[in-house]
Amino acid sequence: METKFLEISHSTLLAREDLPLLSFEDFREGACRIVEKGGQVVHFFAFMEKERPRLLAVLRTDRLLVASCEAEESYPALTLRCEPFHLFEREIAEQAGIRPEGHPWLKMVRYHANERGLADVFGNDYREDIPGNYPYYRVEGEEIHEVAVGPVHAGVIEPGHFRFNCIGERVLNLEIQLGYQHRGVEALLKGASSRRLSLLAESIAGDTSVGHGLCCAQAVEALSGLTPDEGARVIRTVALEFERLANHIGDLGALSGDVAFLPPASYFGRLRGDFLNLSLLVCGNRFGKGLVRPGGVRFAITDEIRKELNRRLGELAPQVSHVIRLLLTTPSVQARFDHCGAVSQEDARKLGLVGPAGRACGLAYDARRVFPTEHYGRIDIPENAKTGGDVHARAMVRAEEILQSLDMVKALLNGPIVTRCVENGDHALTPSSFVVTLNEAWRGEVSHCILTDERGGILRYKVKDPSFHNWNGLSMALRNTEISDFPLNNKSFNLSYCGFDL
Amino acid sequence: MLKILKNRMEQGYRTSPYPKEGITLPERYRGRPEVNAKAPSHLVKRCVESCPQQAIDGKNLRIDMGRCVFCGDCERISEGKFVTFTRDFGISVAEKAHLLTDGGLPELAAHSKKHFKKLFGRSLQLRQVSAAGCNACEADLNVLATPFFDLARFGINFVASPRHADGIVVTGPVSRNMRTALLQTFEAVPSPRVVIAVGSCALSGGPFRGSPEVSEGLDSILPVDLFIPGCPPHPLTNLHALLNYFK
Repeated sequence: METKFLEISHSTLLAREDLPLLSFEDFREGACRIVEKGGQVVHFFAFMEKERPRLLAVLRTDRLLVASCEAEESYPALTLRCEPFHLFEREIAEQAGIRPEGHPWLKMVRYHANERGLADVFGNDYREDIPGNYPYYRVEGEEIHEVAVGPVHAGVIEPGHFRFNCIGERVLNLEIQLGYQHRGVEALLKGASSRRLSLLAESIAGDTSVGHGLCCAQAVEALSGLTPDEGARVIRTVALEFERLANHIGDLGALSGDVAFLPPASYFGRLRGDFLNLSLLVCGNRFGKGLVRPGGVRFAITDEIRKELNRRLGELAPQVSHVIRLLLTTPSVQARFDHCGAVSQEDARKLGLVGPAGRACGLAYDARRVFPTEHYGRIDIPENAKTGGDVHARAMVRAEEILQSLDMVKALLNGPIVTRCVENGDHALTPSSFVVTLNEAWRGEVSHCILTDERGGILRYKVKDPSFHNWNGLSMALRNTEISDFPLNNKSFNLSYCGFDL
Repeated sequence: MLKILKNRMEQGYRTSPYPKEGITLPERYRGRPEVNAKAPSHLVKRCVESCPQQAIDGKNLRIDMGRCVFCGDCERISEGKFVTFTRDFGISVAEKAHLLTDGGLPELAAHSKKHFKKLFGRSLQLRQVSAAGCNACEADLNVLATPFFDLARFGINFVASPRHADGIVVTGPVSRNMRTALLQTFEAVPSPRVVIAVGSCALSGGPFRGSPEVSEGLDSILPVDLFIPGCPPHPLTNLHALLNYFK
């Protein structure tokens, strides 16, 4: 059957009247077929068209496909046939009050009332504290015990609740219940003046400031006809790679700490800071906040800064590769990493895992290669797919990406970078339009989607952090794993709470 | 074993000489803002209007460091003629009113509560609570434990249990869904206890100010002893605050 979904390009404006509006049956059939043939869900959300809700799906194969349909107050859940829709349907139920009938796991996502003032799908009135009506999955039996952790965790980290059902030390099921970090980001983005958009986007997940900032800037650029110059594209690429480097290096250090091998934990901890300081040198903020704005960048990389970056990278690169070698060739580390928390490729596909977590399970998808933005079209991005799906595979993917990123930034910083800096400002957005942007941030595919109304206001701003796909991967990794290996598995994914909670 | 030793040699000694010696941050770092009271009024007006955080009081010519995210838009718009951001990272204050600044800040050490210095000056154990923080503030608090900053050499540690803590360090705009957990953690800390607010979000709601899902700052919920501005505060800003307030 010819698909009725429309092929689109990322970061490219599409008139909303050109968005295919299908019957629900065609929409469901088309979406499920694409995903059953190996496609994945980038977005699936509800928006209001003249007081009437519509559903919109952006799917990816090696292309991007989009379609919408009118939504009733309830519809037969797509998840029943096609697992990757699972969390998206729960989100739609929570945000728009539309019930996916027959959904096998219909629980709240972030614990807030729906924006349409309809009866709550989960039966909550929100006078009670989170999680309200939330039936945790329970294993029954004489020797079964439950461990509840969080929302406040032992370290300096974000809040979330983990519920383990165990037999002895063995975890039978881990349920991850989030929502504590919900700040109402999408509603804020919808109502914000265009000069506040980048600032908000950079605060969705501070460790992915550049990733989210880029998605936002590219969307505004498409909607307002701005084109960044080549120098700005190079700087934005460098910034995204700096972000990847700092986070991957920090995570390898944390993994090392979690198996009680302290030398790399200390070295990587310090090295991570040195990479954050590269961003500080470029834009005055260790997380790259304030660098990317619609139309380009606010700070140039002058020759003086470029030379300093090259000097520091020349010093850091060998240290990083030596510590990586120390970590990954130490037998006591290998013994802990190997076969720990394995996720099968089949499960990974059904969960829609992205980024290093997906690549560790053999899903080679990397938005830098498949949907290149900025300067990535001119960079050869390797596939980095592994087969183990375990902690070791996730660590290996990170390690390889660190070494590749180092080569990338060194090459990009090889010659002078000329750009005309832009200022933060207001931008008139093209009315009645649609745009979707994707970038491969360090955790995987970040995507923003904007729909504008007839007056150029934002009708719907949809954000998706890679953690939205990957939290259930962590849950799956813990099946039949010792509960004492939870910290190690958690760090190997290192997912975002605020990126998920929005 | 040889590999470990070889790496150890290569890594060398990395701990910062701060606070014994000063430390200079890069030119583009934006620390304590300074206001030029003689700036032409049209420039002031433009800065007030374009501040994405509404952090500029154009009448009294003050910057609200609680709201400010140190993006530097005002400095660029006024080309430094109204606002300039210095490289001074010691910008924390003990009273909320001091966040409104023209560039002058009271000596933090002189405003700390004397009994805190006596109680916690030699040993300070803190429990961190992220209440909808974006993980940037959290990350730059975490980094204090790495060899460069080595917080433990000052007798200051982040601990796992609030029962073992002398106070809480709160990041984030305190979401509705974290409010109870935050209050329960605070209650679990034995008195006398310290409350430290870190980052623009905890100080004012930050970029999320105005959302019905978050508070307008930690001090609307708990009495705050120490305010550390920034988005996020540089680790040295955090370190400076802890050392000056408690030592």
